[in-house]
Amino acid sequence: METIRYDLITALPELIVLCMAMVILLTDLFISPARRMVIYSMAQLTLLAAAYFSFSSHAPSVSTAFSGAFIDDAMADVLKLMMYLGTSFIFVYSRQYLQHRGMFRGEFYALVLFSLLGMMIMVSGQSMLTLYVGLELLSLSLYALVAMDRDNAKATEAAMKYFVLGALASGMLLYGMSMVYGMTGSLNLAEINMALMSGAKIHAVMILGLVFIVAGLAFKLGAVPFQMWVPDVYEGSPTAVTMLISSVPKLAAFAFVIRMLVQALPTLAVDWQQMLMIMAVLSILIGNITAIAQTNLKRMLAYSTISHIGFVLYGLMSATMNGFIFAMFYVVSYVLMTLAGFGIILLLSRPGFEADKLDDLKGLNQRSPWHAFLMLIVMFSMAGVPPTLGFYAKFSVLQAALAAGYIWLVVFAVLMAVIGAFYYLRVIKLMYFDDPLDTHAISAPMDTRVVLGFNALALLVIGLMPEKLMEICIYAITSSLS
Amino acid sequence: MLNYFYHHLLSFAIWLPVVAGVVVLASANENKANTTRWIALLGGLLSFLVTIPLYTQFNFADGGLQFQEGFSWIPAFNINYHLGADGLAVPLILLTSFTTLIVIIAAWEVIEKRVAQYMACFLIMSGLMIGVFSALDAILYYVFWEAMLIPMFLVIGIWGGPNRVYATVKFFLYTLLGSLLMLVAFIYLYLNTGSFEIADFYRFPMPLQVQILVFLAFFVAFAVKIPMWPVHTWLPDAHVEAPTGGSVVLAAIALKLGGYSFLRFAMPIAPDAAHHLTPYMISLSLIAIVYIALVALVQKDMKKLIAYSSISHMGFVTLGFFLFNNIGLEGAIVQMLSHGFISAAMFLCVGVLYDRVHSRQIEAYGGVANTMPAFAAFAVFFAMANTGLPGTSGFVGEFMVILGAIQINFWYAFLAAFTLIFGAAYTLWMVKRVFYGAVANDQVAALSDLNKREFFILATLAVLVLALGVYPQAVTDMTNATVNELLTHFAQSKLPTSLPAGL
Repeated sequence: METIRYDLITALPELIVLCMAMVILLTDLFISPARRMVIYSMAQLTLLAAAYFSFSSHAPSVSTAFSGAFIDDAMADVLKLMMYLGTSFIFVYSRQYLQHRGMFRGEFYALVLFSLLGMMIMVSGQSMLTLYVGLELLSLSLYALVAMDRDNAKATEAAMKYFVLGALASGMLLYGMSMVYGMTGSLNLAEINMALMSGAKIHAVMILGLVFIVAGLAFKLGAVPFQMWVPDVYEGSPTAVTMLISSVPKLAAFAFVIRMLVQALPTLAVDWQQMLMIMAVLSILIGNITAIAQTNLKRMLAYSTISHIGFVLYGLMSATMNGFIFAMFYVVSYVLMTLAGFGIILLLSRPGFEADKLDDLKGLNQRSPWHAFLMLIVMFSMAGVPPTLGFYAKFSVLQAALAAGYIWLVVFAVLMAVIGAFYYLRVIKLMYFDDPLDTHAISAPMDTRVVLGFNALALLVIGLMPEKLMEICIYAITSSLS
Repeated sequence: MLNYFYHHLLSFAIWLPVVAGVVVLASANENKANTTRWIALLGGLLSFLVTIPLYTQFNFADGGLQFQEGFSWIPAFNINYHLGADGLAVPLILLTSFTTLIVIIAAWEVIEKRVAQYMACFLIMSGLMIGVFSALDAILYYVFWEAMLIPMFLVIGIWGGPNRVYATVKFFLYTLLGSLLMLVAFIYLYLNTGSFEIADFYRFPMPLQVQILVFLAFFVAFAVKIPMWPVHTWLPDAHVEAPTGGSVVLAAIALKLGGYSFLRFAMPIAPDAAHHLTPYMISLSLIAIVYIALVALVQKDMKKLIAYSSISHMGFVTLGFFLFNNIGLEGAIVQMLSHGFISAAMFLCVGVLYDRVHSRQIEAYGGVANTMPAFAAFAVFFAMANTGLPGTSGFVGEFMVILGAIQINFWYAFLAAFTLIFGAAYTLWMVKRVFYGAVANDQVAALSDLNKREFFILATLAVLVLALGVYPQAVTDMTNATVNELLTHFAQSKLPTSLPAGL
């Protein structure tokens, strides 16, 4: 009895999100469409409550629950808090967009909360089974969200593509996990590690299992050569959902990689380092070069995401404590940048008009200097130009890679960053140097404007004072991995 | 309070213009553009005034870094906010704040659209460039160096000519490519020294092969900025398309960032590589001086001509650096300042004509002296200074560099001096075609002479060009001790006595 209570308290934030998602689903049945703001407020309050409990129950010590299948450590808490923040931003930015498109319904909020729950479980998973269940919960919610706009053929196609390829990746992941389980006899990450440490020779089946696991993870991260779904899904999904797919789940995927590769399979580091290295180089190459050719803003951001993932992998492939810290710093920065970028795209959309072409940004500086300035910060941050946050993100992962001795790979990444700068600069060119095609007034609720301003300026402010965020990442990784 | 100010002179010099720029942006109102202009002028004036104590408080006998201040900025990477300036940096800082003031006045009624953004860009850029000249921590330096690209990118792109997008993107990407390689070098040095302090980099011994790689990484960054042949091609495009203010800042200050950085980073951090590569560096400088001067000769566009002339003159600067003697180095520094004044003045002269006729083509003019006598007097004076007429600042720097060169190799000096003839040819030929002869067309006939504002700007610059030409000691007294200090740095070999482990 005592252990059950203890288990439940350790997973209290997850329980809150789970219960509230179901309550929202039920409430939505009984509430008149005019009063849907109640649903929205409930969703935001859920995040607030979960954040409160994650924060207040936090202790530097590690506590495990459910017979070691679930863990509550510093990394889990920090990443969860970031997820609440990101999800809350998504709710704020997408509200008007959803209202205009008849998608402002309980399902959206329930599904987003379910996907959040999946991510939280991934972050806290300490057994391969928990990790897998979390990942599937996340993926299934996302498939449904992509298809939310039922009458949209493109969205349906994207959902189908996402589902088929996603299921394939899940299958690969599961297959890999089964091999690891077969060789080590345990699902628990710590026990797998112990088994490998004590065992004499690493059997080839372990390596095969590792290949499948890395391939599955690469698919979920969207790293080359498993990136094919990314642009189509980004383009086809409703922008609010694209914003979700491209941002917060990357935090969970990062945690998944850390749990699986670093906590369970550090003995195979030499093997997965090489795989990550190939994916990192290809992601940066293909992401940056293909992005140049895009005319659709969402597709361009999709390829830009692929290249950012490449940089994250640069940190991870170093396989040093600093590398993991800086990869986490990069992911967190990336999420903040992406949210602000999509926030502006959503802001420019209006009923019957999606601001998803690059040309839709033309002359933004004349229409609204303030929003153009915010997008300018986002773009320079993505390009990695100081004094924005994106600079420190790139700077730190490159430093980790250089410290690990990958000097020519770093030079390569730097050259690719210059190519990448080109398409970010093109966005700024459209906003500042061209005349507007579209002269509609920009209408957005006050809270969206305030949060968006806060989010984009944070890129500049944290860029000037990155110390705090860096300390948080150092704390999260060192106390979880030591 | 005053004490606080005197202990943080450099911080004030950097952040006052940045804050002024933000204030200008915040007070933006297209209908009250004049208010914006006055606020910007006040900001520019204050920013200039706070840099003056850097001269009055300067200790002329000390060749090291003065006005140092700092605190720990990002302890996770051991990055410090560490500022300081020596006899090399202080004149360039003064040049920066002065040029910004000139640019604000020069833009007064010329810039009509988005005045606030224009003024703010230049004010912020001024602070960032002063930051580059005074940062003593590599990352702090890098942040200023890169951040300065953003306002310049916008200035060329928003207020520039018809082909502005191509020019500004080219400018940005060229510079970014160079600077990212420099960043890799910084990280490499950090991983070996455990700090981003430039002073620690100086002390770190490296074998020649490593030094050469580090030097080349710096070289790409700075050669693009100066610009040296063959990575100069962004400059003519950027100059031609930029608005007058943009050209002035590019020529007067941005190019000096590269020159300054050679002396602050590349040469003292990798002195043996610098000596080893000297023949190549001198060849590149001489190619820039001679070949680019010939290119300037055939230009039809006035701004392009001055842009090529800038590259050619900056060739003297890099030549002076790599002579490794006192007079050559000092001459190079004087040449940087003098070129700052003269090129600024020449671009402002083109701006004066462009505002009236809206053409930069030489063939669109002829006989301007008839309708604009006062302007013609100034323009001819600056043209003479550009060719290096004794008595003007243009003469002092080039003469010193040639003197320095003759001590090393007669043919270096011969080639460099020979080019003065080309310099005179392209400059004076342009002057002849634009200002003399019969009035070419109705537009020239309708020209009105300088207004008070333009007269004031050009007169101020003319006085400075003359002053520096007649009394260069004002600068050389300041740089003397620093030049000696730098030369001792360059002379010290940093080759490790024994190879470090792992190499």
